[in-house]
Amino acid sequence: MLTILFDGVAYGMLLFVLACGLTITLGLMNFINLAHGAFAMAGGYITVVLMNRYGVSFYWCLPIAFLVVAAIGLVLERTLYSRLYSAPHLDQVLFSVGLVFMSIAAVDYFMGGQQQLIHLPRELSGRWEVFGVGIGKYRLFIIVICALLAVALQLALTKTRFGSQLRAAVDDGRVARGLGINVPVVFALTFAFGSGLAGLGGALGAEILGLDPNFPLKFMIYFLIVVTVGGTSSITGPFLAALLLGIADVAGKYYVPQIGAFVIYAVMVLVLILRPHGLFSREGTR
Amino acid sequence: MFTRRAIIAALSAGVAMATLPAGPSFAQDVFKVGLILPMTGPFASTGRQVEAGARAYIAQHGDTVAGKKIELVVRDDAGTADQTRRIAQELVVNEGAGALAGFGLTPLALAVGPVATQAKVPAIVMAAATSSITEQSEFYVRSSGTLPQSAVPVATWALENDIKKVVTLVSDYGPGIDAETWFTREFTGKGGEIVEAVRVPLQNPDFAPFLQRVRDASPDAVFVFLPSGVGSLFMKQFAERGLADAGIKLIATGDVTDDDILNDMGQPALGAITGHFYAAAHDSPENKAYVEAFKAANKGMRPNFMSVGGYDGMHLIYAAIEATKGDTGGEALLEAMKGLSWTSPRGPISIDPETRDIVQNVYMREVKEVDGELQNVEFATYEAVKDPVKAAAASGN
Repeated sequence: MLTILFDGVAYGMLLFVLACGLTITLGLMNFINLAHGAFAMAGGYITVVLMNRYGVSFYWCLPIAFLVVAAIGLVLERTLYSRLYSAPHLDQVLFSVGLVFMSIAAVDYFMGGQQQLIHLPRELSGRWEVFGVGIGKYRLFIIVICALLAVALQLALTKTRFGSQLRAAVDDGRVARGLGINVPVVFALTFAFGSGLAGLGGALGAEILGLDPNFPLKFMIYFLIVVTVGGTSSITGPFLAALLLGIADVAGKYYVPQIGAFVIYAVMVLVLILRPHGLFSREGTR
Repeated sequence: MFTRRAIIAALSAGVAMATLPAGPSFAQDVFKVGLILPMTGPFASTGRQVEAGARAYIAQHGDTVAGKKIELVVRDDAGTADQTRRIAQELVVNEGAGALAGFGLTPLALAVGPVATQAKVPAIVMAAATSSITEQSEFYVRSSGTLPQSAVPVATWALENDIKKVVTLVSDYGPGIDAETWFTREFTGKGGEIVEAVRVPLQNPDFAPFLQRVRDASPDAVFVFLPSGVGSLFMKQFAERGLADAGIKLIATGDVTDDDILNDMGQPALGAITGHFYAAAHDSPENKAYVEAFKAANKGMRPNFMSVGGYDGMHLIYAAIEATKGDTGGEALLEAMKGLSWTSPRGPISIDPETRDIVQNVYMREVKEVDGELQNVEFATYEAVKDPVKAAAASGN
């Protein structure tokens, strides 16, 4: 029972890191970026290549995946995404879905279509038995990292100068500009950071979720569910939503395996009927 | 003044005149084999292996048999059945292919049936493993194997080795359900007990809840069928969750320890027991020659059970043309294929003349480290296993 809860929390945390970048672009910047999974996949493949071809330690791969994917995100934001901020949502969807297919084909061409495997360092594999609860070491590692990230993000958004600039730029771009805030730079950095987080999530998830060229499509639904259920106006919303969905998914598959795969959708439908703007959204936000 | 229609008419007449006289003489000495495989998309590794196997056969045996030059026409269907069917039609009508072959997955193989039946060309199933395929058209011949064919011997072996309580865990789609049904039938029929049957969705991100369920049921062993890529992910989580330490054995069909990726799975795979028709480590002179030639031609890639389906499929075509002394009519070839038997890299095999399905040895293997590489090492053999589904139907069960 507690083991299932533990696994669910770990899975939820992973979903959070993967999806919170999307929360930032969708909720704060009002841009529908379906290509978010492609950034996560990039992080995963960077880890695979570094570890398997160059023997880089797994611990180094995580920050590298974050930085490299953030850099890719920055470049794409400046060259492509920034042109579409004012475009209608349908155009944004078309553009980002196109990007997803390009990324799938590119990865398929360079890396092949098979599952990629990584070997975790020895100290992260295996598990402990604590009072009858099985605790996977790697899952604990994920929980710790993701919890730290969530706290850091929340603080950064509410307590720092950059956080308030970002919120100001989102609430009213024109006034923010009038106050001397460099809105495009704020957006570009935010986008890069969100992509970097996706990259980190992809690197962390390669072991548990698997990694093949269809990754962005396979997990796009999960990201979108986390964001819709959590609402897009804060970090806490998606965080709790990701936890809820992670636990519901794992518990559903454990207790009712026949319909386990649908539990997550049932939860989503229920939440959206009760709270159409998401669990933690203030009425009237975008 | 020329109208567009006139130009097209003139052109097509020209083309017809140019090709018509050449047609018959062309067909006399070239025999085209249309190889339809998923070369891109998630099942690309299947396509790669089968094509490499077929090419290895041609490289070893030359491209001429009974005065015919064999030409391989490889087409990519990207794993979608609509494409497979369209390509099959094109190959037969435009290319004049005398045999179709390949087919990475069950739905892809089934899509070809109507084309093969109408055009009366043999369709050699080199990879797809659902039992019922060969019943859908009498022009199907199978050179790979069926899942029940591997699953049933695993059940027999388990009972012989003191495994009484088993949880089955399979992917929730055609072949998975085939494997589950036939494993259960054999296992419970001979006194074993299935504690629980778990079906995992095909697109499953995380095995944690399913594995925990297996662990809590504490069986003697868990019987697994998963497609090969997902299988490697499963192996890792199986080890991480400590199921082996809890005394639960892993028994599976050979898809899970696919030779192509087995070596990358590392420590977690060690000790897994699987039943299958081919292992790259199979000890025979035919196989040694095959593995060596295969690796040399494919940058060190290790052949897996799919490649050997491609290899033996080509042998079927060669042997049939030889038997008919160069008569390449579809029905003549099909007759010649029925009942053929030979020694393949996987061991002695034959084609059942009744069902056009393959009869072959199924080996029990354990994953061990051999010369620094992980290999499926064979330790027991079930000889000349027929597809149990059709065998049961024939005996009225």
